[in-house]
Amino acid sequence: MCLAIPGKVVETFNANSMLMARVQFGGVVREACLEYVPETRVGEYVLVHVGFAISRVNEEEAQRTYAALAELDQLSELNTPEVEEAPGGRPRGGGA
Amino acid sequence: MKYLDEYRDGTVAAKLVEEIRRVQTRPWVIMEVCGGQTHSIVKNGIDYLLPEGVELVHGPGCPVCVTPLEMIDKAHAIARRPEVIFCSFGDMLRVPGSDGDLFRVKSQGGDVRVVYSPLDCLKIARANPDKQVVFFAIGFETTAPANAMLAWRAKNDGVKNVFLLVSHVLVPPSIAAILQSPQNRVQGFLGPGHVCAVMGYREYEPLSARFNVPIVITGFEPIDILHGVLMTLRQLEEGRAEVENEYSRILDRAGNRPAQQLVASVFEIADRKWRGVGTIPKSGYKLRWEFRDHDAEKIFNVKEIDTREPEICISGQILRGLKKPHDCPAFGRECDPQHPLGATMVSAEGACAAYYAYGRHLQAEKEREQLVSIGGFA
Repeated sequence: MCLAIPGKVVETFNANSMLMARVQFGGVVREACLEYVPETRVGEYVLVHVGFAISRVNEEEAQRTYAALAELDQLSELNTPEVEEAPGGRPRGGGA
Repeated sequence: MKYLDEYRDGTVAAKLVEEIRRVQTRPWVIMEVCGGQTHSIVKNGIDYLLPEGVELVHGPGCPVCVTPLEMIDKAHAIARRPEVIFCSFGDMLRVPGSDGDLFRVKSQGGDVRVVYSPLDCLKIARANPDKQVVFFAIGFETTAPANAMLAWRAKNDGVKNVFLLVSHVLVPPSIAAILQSPQNRVQGFLGPGHVCAVMGYREYEPLSARFNVPIVITGFEPIDILHGVLMTLRQLEEGRAEVENEYSRILDRAGNRPAQQLVASVFEIADRKWRGVGTIPKSGYKLRWEFRDHDAEKIFNVKEIDTREPEICISGQILRGLKKPHDCPAFGRECDPQHPLGATMVSAEGACAAYYAYGRHLQAEKEREQLVSIGGFA
């Protein structure tokens, strides 16, 4: 139900005094309402849910996260081994 | 497709699984909140990739599942009226009420239509001025901006024949309800990425602090989920309890302010009943008084309908992470997606329906047989 898909904005226009866009998802193009991300420009990617763009994809963050994931191998070499904690630890969850 | 395919890469997934194995030193229970995440986990077999000590339990985050039976019956009563065009997202059509589903209403002459966007209802209403167009406005915070826009435009553009049957629920109160339960087993959460795309994650910070649980806002692709599990495990193993953001390519702490503003001007917080769970205080939205002329519950004055759920169904315990689908004696037998007995089987994103769709009822059947044969020897 909360499915939302990233797509590329290929055109923006006004319809019934609402900011709209044509958004390309792979080979499919659909209309989406841009009222919640009005600063979006053609060529940018937006996340679309039930015909509404609810977020702009942050390309820098996407690249940063992906680079960090791809480097996991090297990073794990550098990590110091975990210090064993006494069994039990502190309680979690339940009770405020 | 860009921003999807990269997050389905098997090489990266393998590295993440390896790192999870390295980090984990003792058993932990982590709940993914959102039904979309549950579906992705079962579809991709992510729970099978994880070491034995990392248990994923499935949360209440499927709005189709938790819409109470009374509300479904109300929807059907309204949809049966001859003057009504009843519009809904496709997910709600197969959900059975006390007497069949919306397909049945349609087959009996009701004008039931599936819409892609709530805005489609405005077009339908303008094209059918002699009809009352009723939209079944369900969803979590993700869908609230779209549904709010329909109410806003209907009121401000004077489209008088548009009405909303609102059954909106909110994630943070349901997390609090799970953590407050004395039986709670959940020690960390994968937070709902698309809910937070709209709302940001500020409101999760007091929850994390109050209950001392890590909450990692997580996306929906396999890499996202494994990454979210890894971030949660690191917190658990290091004794931290914070809100972290795995899904930073989509959202930040503040969320989408224009969407939040419109939602706040159309909806107000209300108590809501959750199917399988019961009433959770302040856990949903209702239309504000200013929008009363578009409130289907007020206009169509459907009387309260008394309903009863089958006693065998354990969906309430599944939604709180206490049980898994194969713990239910009816799973895959009396209860399947064609004949669902309760909340977690009514939608593809419900834990039971996801388990069934990917063949796990066959495994449950095998385990039952084994239990019986062991019992025979005892």
